Amino acid sequence: MNAPLQSCRHCGEPVTALSPAAPDFCCSGCAGAYALLGELGLKSYYNRRAIDPKVRALRPDEDEVANVDFTELASTDGDGNHHLNLMVDGIHCAACVWLIETLLQRNPTVLQARVNMTTRRLRLSWQGELGDIDDIIRPVMQMGYRLIPFDPAALEQATASRNKELLRCLAVAGFAAGNVMLLSVSVWAGYFQGMGGATRDLFHWISALIALPAAAYAGLPFYRSAVGAIRNRRVNMDVPISLGVILALGMSLAQTIRGEPHAYFDSAITLLFFLLIGRYLDGRARGQARSAAEHLLSLNARSITVVEPDGTRRLIAPQKAVPGMIVLVAAGERIGIDGKVVDGQSDVDTSIITGESIPVLNRPGATVFAGTTNISAPLRIEVTATGGNTLLSEIVRLMENAEQGRARYVAIADRVAKAYAPVVHTLSLATFIGWWLIGGIGWQDALMNAIAVLIITCPCALALAVPVVQVIATGRLLGAGILVKSATALERLTKVTGIIFDKTGTLTTGKPELVGEPDQDKLLFAAGMAANSNHPLSRALVRAAGNVTALPNVSEQAGLGLVTPGPSGPIRLGSRAFCDVAENADFPSDIAGPELWLSEPGVAPTRFVFRDTMRSDAPDVIDSLRTRGFEMTLLSGDRESTVRQLAETLGIPDWQARMSPTQKAAHIQTRSDEGKCDLMVGDGINDAPALAAAHASMSPATAAEISQNAADIVFQGDRLGAVIEAIDVARKADQLVRQNFALSFAYNVITIPLAVSGYVTPLIAAIAMSSSSLVVIANALRLHVNSGKPDLVGAKPVTKLSQQAGS
Amino acid sequence: MSNLLLLIPIALFLGLLGLGAFLWSLRSGQFDDMEGAANRILFDDDDVKPSDKSKKFHQDDS
Repeated sequence: MNAPLQSCRHCGEPVTALSPAAPDFCCSGCAGAYALLGELGLKSYYNRRAIDPKVRALRPDEDEVANVDFTELASTDGDGNHHLNLMVDGIHCAACVWLIETLLQRNPTVLQARVNMTTRRLRLSWQGELGDIDDIIRPVMQMGYRLIPFDPAALEQATASRNKELLRCLAVAGFAAGNVMLLSVSVWAGYFQGMGGATRDLFHWISALIALPAAAYAGLPFYRSAVGAIRNRRVNMDVPISLGVILALGMSLAQTIRGEPHAYFDSAITLLFFLLIGRYLDGRARGQARSAAEHLLSLNARSITVVEPDGTRRLIAPQKAVPGMIVLVAAGERIGIDGKVVDGQSDVDTSIITGESIPVLNRPGATVFAGTTNISAPLRIEVTATGGNTLLSEIVRLMENAEQGRARYVAIADRVAKAYAPVVHTLSLATFIGWWLIGGIGWQDALMNAIAVLIITCPCALALAVPVVQVIATGRLLGAGILVKSATALERLTKVTGIIFDKTGTLTTGKPELVGEPDQDKLLFAAGMAANSNHPLSRALVRAAGNVTALPNVSEQAGLGLVTPGPSGPIRLGSRAFCDVAENADFPSDIAGPELWLSEPGVAPTRFVFRDTMRSDAPDVIDSLRTRGFEMTLLSGDRESTVRQLAETLGIPDWQARMSPTQKAAHIQTRSDEGKCDLMVGDGINDAPALAAAHASMSPATAAEISQNAADIVFQGDRLGAVIEAIDVARKADQLVRQNFALSFAYNVITIPLAVSGYVTPLIAAIAMSSSSLVVIANALRLHVNSGKPDLVGAKPVTKLSQQAGS
Repeated sequence: MSNLLLLIPIALFLGLLGLGAFLWSLRSGQFDDMEGAANRILFDDDDVKPSDKSKKFHQDDS
């Protein structure tokens, strides 16, 4: 790599000798941004900010504005004001929020510009023309922030409003619990100090007045879920909770009316309060992970450029394309549609679909698919398929078929509830019958005892056992850049015995690197030529050579190579055929892989060999997974030679090459029919069905959108160690969940006999319930304590989300 | 007894006031961006003059 001279004054990245704006800036974009801030008198930004190394550097990208149609998702209200929601990428700290808002508010047409720092979203309102938006946001883009419009209605609205409802219920329950407890403590104290019956009854009536409406409102999330479960003839944890709360309140009301001493209003309402805390935190943690995942995905969304018959260009969303449209795809851009090349010749990187690590040359007539990347030259593509006919929707169908198995998975909490509820209800019935028929007391008193059993066994601790652990585990993983999207993902992860890896982009970085030690002069010269090209092999040459200056007079022939005039004729850098090297040329190299040749008339040709390099920690991760006894498989769509080579290097005995998406999913299906639970780790579109079919699945944040949607867990950063981290946390969490269940059962073993024998008073119920909940929460917190220890795989991966996790 | 009859309603009224304030702040979006709110106070708008309109908009931001 290039030696850093100093940090860029705008983005803080190292400045290299190659930079056109050296020595102060890394690129002309940064120099422009610095100058613009100077003009606007906002240079104080540089003093105020704190660069977060985990966030993408603030380097302006030249072609960014051209790629997105901002007017499409903007809405206009009755007053003629326009509103737009945007995702912001590149926020390092609060100073960035300040800078973005200030830059936007400098524009007189802007009514409102407000950045939400937690969700990294910007809400913008402006007057005037809809099309002004490009001018309004240009200064922000020039700073290096990336802005992507999104439709708030399409995004996690359900989760957000559910969480708000939970928070409202929590507030009401908290208010009621506090006040009822205040009155209850007085009543308990009254037992010993001789409170009069009239005062006690007054306190009970006031408690009822507070607790009944509050429980009716704050309990709604539980009642709804319980009713839903019973309708489907299932039992979940909410059924015994709802039953316990309602019975406790009903019995207390009856006691109050009869002027008797025992009322359980406080138990019922504090139970709801504790449970709502668990529910809310659980919902919030999952919402955070999901919104982070959505943020990543939205940043990859792109419009496509349609060329009209009269030659004008416009941007539309890929969903709006119809067959027959001509779409222009610039070099370096992602192809947004399935189609046929009508004009142009270029290399297309298809690794995301096929797993093939070398770009494929496409000429007019070739078929291209959405999701692939056009590398070397612009292409005009005629749209041939849309909607249900595209390759992507074919994959989606495969995925949906594969996913059904996973939907049948029942969470551990529901399994426990299924076993627990009938036992408790039978016990309570037995208490009633026992006291009434055998004990010989009146049926009212027998009923009281039976209800006391239900109240005391109401699974407060049991219902907290899972969510509290989940919240802490998800939060800890989120801090390490691992986003747990599915509620049962961690549970399923603990069952995993085999791990199936994809190759390109998962075990490898998906970027070729030069291998071997070629002649230094030749390398420098070749790299000078290669600096003119965007081809991945050219870029690899430049990276390998270090500081190079692009040679002038180099022309690129898409899909073939580069030519520059030399003293004795044209010098070529490219494929074997392009450089006229005989097929049988004897070169001392046993490395299989992509290659480039450098040929000059009269000089022996030089060969550069490349290899798709592994993620830096892949060998360590595979080794430590092997010592933990996981069975590992490598399934790739790439060629046999490259797959074998990687499998041998990493020591994975079981590998298969040239696998189609269907074959990958079928392989996993076969294994799961044999009763094996697999974790699938993959990133390509071709992995999506396999990700959905596997017992659990992980996907890097660089993966195709559909794969990230299919995966349970998305991890950020370059380190494969996330796999180990996730498995470790999942196992630890599982252990804690089981301990929590054991603790709450132990509590029941002590309290149920008390309740059955009729000794439970409101004071005992309140103490037992609160203390068991606190014990369970304290036990779950141990997961957090251990997170300070260094992990087996060393440092945590770099992420941009730790800030959010800390909130 | 008589002081209880006065004090309990007062206590409940004050509690309800707090609950109402919380629900209002929740509805007006003040809990949407906890991290931003904590940091915003560090930046005084010395070089921006937000118009009255934008101030109005800040409130119904959700």
